[in-house]
Amino acid sequence: MKSLDELTKIREKAQKKVSTRNSGKKIRIVVGMATCGISAGARPVLNTLVEEVNKRDLQDIEVTQTGCIGVCRLEPIFEVYQNGEKVTYVNMDPKKAKEVIVNHIVNGNVVSEYTIGASEE
Amino acid sequence: MSLVRSHVLVCGGTGCTASGSLSIEDKFKECLEKFDLVNEVDIVKTGCFGLCEAGPIVVVYPEGAFYSSVKADDIERITEEHLLKGRIVKDLLFKEAIEENVIKSVDEVKFYKRQKRIALKNCGVINPEVIDEYIAYDGYRALGKVLTEMSQQDVIDEIKRSGLRGRGGGGFPSGLKWQFTKNATGDVKYVACNADEGDPGAFMDRSVLEGDPHAVIEAMAIAAYAIGASEGFVYIRAEYPIAVNRLEIAIEQAKEYGLLGDNIFGTDFSFDLQIRLGAGAFVCGEETALIESIEGRRGMPRPRPPFPANKGIWQKPTLLNNVETYANIPQIILKGSEWFSSIGTEKSTGTKVFALGGKINNTGLVEIPMGTTLRDVIFEIGGGIPKGKAFKAVQTGGPSGGCLTEAQLDEEISYDNLVSLGSMMGSGGMIVMDEDNCMVDVARFFLDFTVDESCGKCTPCREGTKRMLEILDKICQGKAEMEDLNRLDSLANMIKDSALCGLGQTAPNPVLSTIEHLDMKYVEHITDKKCTAGVCQDLLQIKITDDCIGCTACKNVCPVDCISGERKSLHEIDQNECIKCGACIDKCPVNAIIKE
Repeated sequence: MKSLDELTKIREKAQKKVSTRNSGKKIRIVVGMATCGISAGARPVLNTLVEEVNKRDLQDIEVTQTGCIGVCRLEPIFEVYQNGEKVTYVNMDPKKAKEVIVNHIVNGNVVSEYTIGASEE
Repeated sequence: MSLVRSHVLVCGGTGCTASGSLSIEDKFKECLEKFDLVNEVDIVKTGCFGLCEAGPIVVVYPEGAFYSSVKADDIERITEEHLLKGRIVKDLLFKEAIEENVIKSVDEVKFYKRQKRIALKNCGVINPEVIDEYIAYDGYRALGKVLTEMSQQDVIDEIKRSGLRGRGGGGFPSGLKWQFTKNATGDVKYVACNADEGDPGAFMDRSVLEGDPHAVIEAMAIAAYAIGASEGFVYIRAEYPIAVNRLEIAIEQAKEYGLLGDNIFGTDFSFDLQIRLGAGAFVCGEETALIESIEGRRGMPRPRPPFPANKGIWQKPTLLNNVETYANIPQIILKGSEWFSSIGTEKSTGTKVFALGGKINNTGLVEIPMGTTLRDVIFEIGGGIPKGKAFKAVQTGGPSGGCLTEAQLDEEISYDNLVSLGSMMGSGGMIVMDEDNCMVDVARFFLDFTVDESCGKCTPCREGTKRMLEILDKICQGKAEMEDLNRLDSLANMIKDSALCGLGQTAPNPVLSTIEHLDMKYVEHITDKKCTAGVCQDLLQIKITDDCIGCTACKNVCPVDCISGERKSLHEIDQNECIKCGACIDKCPVNAIIKE
């Protein structure tokens, strides 16, 4: 260890690896991972979300999973919880998941066309 | 790019290891393979979570789901349900982690909520065998700050202002100790860490070393810089194999990263650390005996003064602190003395780790701000006494401490307050006793321990404690007279005033404090020849009452054949033969056998 900078670099790299262990973050993305979700392709969606959050170094976001959300025909589903509000995205795939991260999580614009409300119309 | 979305933390402390956490780790690895989750889930072996009662413990993040008493057979379910399908397995959660079907994360559980973790900050959070994880949680930043921004005196002043006092038991202000060692004249100086934790039931230091060994290494390097030393020793008992192993790994990793060795952080400061294994003698926790032992001699105390600050290891000025004291140092440097002294009470700042044991629901390790009441620790965090039994006393400070009773439950925990109540902080053992414990017997247990562990160098301790034990034996056998109690009291005070080291000076404390707070129990043993708790066997009689139906069950179970009586008639116990094992009481179908 030759300098403080060196330590800071190691620290930043290591922090990314352990950030999963801090609960209580501002935004929670919950992916439906019951049998229905998995068979409809929820795992690639979940993995894409985790990958995108890491790649973009997004802070204060927790990607987690849950069981059956109840509308199995619309799986893969994930829900974004923020400030006590919930947005439900349905019929997801890795490509759409990426779009949601960019538009909704990064830029704050809900991708209305993918939400459960849009699918019901 | 890493795809890891979930961390499974498996406790690798001694407690959970003993109850099988190693096989749990293996089983998880196996199941992750099976469900093809190896790239998505990480298994992390951590240090002690503190709630050893509920071990083996597994915590799954990001949810913070707190699984307790996990068995190898449960792993497949947790993997399939939780890790694969995202459904927390509710029936395997810790009982308090689920309330009215709402799942609480690990930090919301009452046991943890009331705690304030500084020394145990990383225990149960990081993998102690990976230096990067320690660095991720601000590790070695304090050392970097000290070496690049602070003078030696700055560091000592900061520690002084924090009000930190020795966590090994004595409670001596740490900053002053550092100052004395810095001021001492000598070309070579040493820093040493006392990890010879010997109080029965205490395991704070072991858990810190097992869960966060780098914190101790970092703190020792800071101390070495402050006093002008370049070599350090960790004196740890060989009975702590996991702690020794993790410390060895940590030292090795710190050396690889150049955090131990020459020119640390590109400065002139160099520091190297060695481990010295102790053979487990209690007296070696006494600082001068510890130094003798490090030097390779038999662990016997030296007279003080000179204090180790002036003449320690190989007669060189030596700074000796306990593990938990060191574990606080990096936090004080990073967050400042003001932050630290804002926690706790005016004269006892910060937190203290206690090992809760005995008759208490949540056996384990807790870290609380100084000034918390005994009642809060025992009933709120500790979860109270099992089976609804009544609280009788709590023993703090191990063999050097004393017993406190119901009347003292609302007293605050601080160094001076505990001493004024006739006990002491000690290293942090807290043994809770209920109505079934006989206080005379407890005092005898601790004295028996100190008699065994006395090194024999000075007469008051070698002979005095032995004589005290004899008197206590007499009391427990019902052969004592009131005069013996006075003799016990004066002998205890004499040893306290005249023994050479802390071991002897404090050995009478368990007896003195029980006499002070619970003298009726002694009088009851002496004059009435009775032990109401039903512990002292010589004072007990097991009797068969008229409720006996003559079923002969007791007769058949008695190991010494001392029960006589015909079928369907009243049975009788021969008191001369009875060994009071109680087997007949457990066997009797109509509860006709009683202890009195």
